[in-house]
Amino acid sequence: MSPIDRQGPVSETLETVAAWMLGLLWLLPLAFAVWTAFHPSAFVAKFDLFAPLTLKNFEDAWAAAPFARYFLNTTILVIGILVAQFTLCTLAAFAFARFEFWGKDVLFLLILVQLLVAPEVLMLENYITIRSLGLVDTLAGIALPYLGSAFGIFLLRQTFKSVPKELEEAARVEGCSSLGVLWRVYVPAAKPIYLAYGLVMVSFHWNNYVWPLIITNSVANRPLTVGLAVFASVDQGIDWSIICAATLMTSGPLLVAFLLFQRQFVQSFLRAGIR
Amino acid sequence: MKLSTRTTIHAWLMVLPACALLAMFTHIPIVTTIWHSFHSTPKPRRPSRFVGLDNYRDMLADPIFWKSLVNNLVYALTSVPISVALALTMALFVNSKLRGKGFLRMAYFTPTVLPMIAVANIWLFFYNPQYGLLAAALKPFGITGINWLGSQDTALWALIAVAIWKEAGFFMIFYLAALQQIPTDLREAAAIEGASRWTYFWRITFPLLMPTTLFVLVNAVINAFRLVDHIFVMTGGGPDNATSVLLFQIYVAGFKFFDQAQAATLSVVLLAILFLIAIGQFMFADKKVHYQ
Repeated sequence: MSPIDRQGPVSETLETVAAWMLGLLWLLPLAFAVWTAFHPSAFVAKFDLFAPLTLKNFEDAWAAAPFARYFLNTTILVIGILVAQFTLCTLAAFAFARFEFWGKDVLFLLILVQLLVAPEVLMLENYITIRSLGLVDTLAGIALPYLGSAFGIFLLRQTFKSVPKELEEAARVEGCSSLGVLWRVYVPAAKPIYLAYGLVMVSFHWNNYVWPLIITNSVANRPLTVGLAVFASVDQGIDWSIICAATLMTSGPLLVAFLLFQRQFVQSFLRAGIR
Repeated sequence: MKLSTRTTIHAWLMVLPACALLAMFTHIPIVTTIWHSFHSTPKPRRPSRFVGLDNYRDMLADPIFWKSLVNNLVYALTSVPISVALALTMALFVNSKLRGKGFLRMAYFTPTVLPMIAVANIWLFFYNPQYGLLAAALKPFGITGINWLGSQDTALWALIAVAIWKEAGFFMIFYLAALQQIPTDLREAAAIEGASRWTYFWRITFPLLMPTTLFVLVNAVINAFRLVDHIFVMTGGGPDNATSVLLFQIYVAGFKFFDQAQAATLSVVLLAILFLIAIGQFMFADKKVHYQ
């Protein structure tokens, strides 16, 4: 055996211990919040293995702020953004992948600028634009700056380019138009990329905060993140166990989805990251 | 190849909706931001006028600007190397033959999935001087009553710890993917040569991971300038601007003081920094690694 694989039992144990220490350390803040959320507020920061479990904190949090409305807003927002992005990015990516047209290269280079400069970096100018459109405090106002996504166009263009030309020609012979080819050949071929891009975008927009904070000012249009921040910042009379419950509740759907579909999540983040 | 007019029209119709939106919320605002940075803020009875470099002069004379810039640099230069080093360590752990590596991967990655606002709440509680776990853990050592987020000496570091916690697991997956790409015969060859694990890592693994490291570094630095959600919730830029960073100051200038000129001038600085990062990446990057 060579030194590379020969690992003394001591160093192997050390490595395992280090890895587990880091893992536990990483789970600690979250575990602390989970523990607090599921126990009566009398037990905040008083650890007792036999403390009674309760769901009351979740009930109280749900009753204390319009979380149902926030959930609905975030869901509509995320679905709306996703549908629009899929449509717009697919069309643009197809043109960039399969057509030769005037201005193509310059246009593509300009699009890439958005990978660097996200809409919230230009928050004031974008707010002025949204205000002039009369969309302040609407879900459309939150969504609009994100609908043309350089990232989506880039990702789909790469995928479409790798689709064999023969598939397209076969479809053309059968009498498909350009859009028909896109729908029958390219979109099905890019399914894993749509999944990856979709998961990344869902978690991005479910979690997005600063821009929705700027655009919304009423309960009717607030997404979850802004609602949670408003709820948690009213510190009088609200105790930590309820704040922890609300925090877990709002991240719950994503967290559960992640625990169920870990592999897909990790794969998606990976696919989406390596551009 | 002659480009046909018909194809050009078709293609432009396809790219137009996405490009119009991109132009509207990225390119045009970049231009108007620069424009506004050379003009005064419009007031009800005093319309905006050209003021040359006055806004920039005011900005350079403003200690809060310098404070935010320095904070942002400290934030980036500490949180980025630490989270990237941790990410690599995590990836090496999870990629080895450890027991329970599936669980560990989950533990490292979970913070990435949480909204930054949720993360902020969790850590706000964690740092709480009265009820927080940190206070409880330090009590046996006689360290009590430290208000981590309320003290100028510790607040920025407390936020840096949060950023590291949130980001390291995210960068881990890129390293993990890259580690799995390294051909196993390299390991066999190194084994035949009698190389130790340490040598193998520094001579083989680490250099092969260089493109990943560059990619992760660039993204981490960009994030360090762009992700400020937790600052809103945890410190509001305080105490006394100890945790204010550029993007947060842009928000304050634009939406607290309604000072368009100041916000635009700060935005130009942030844009310049982002473009410098991009140029740096372009110059250092092995181009074939990232683009096509």
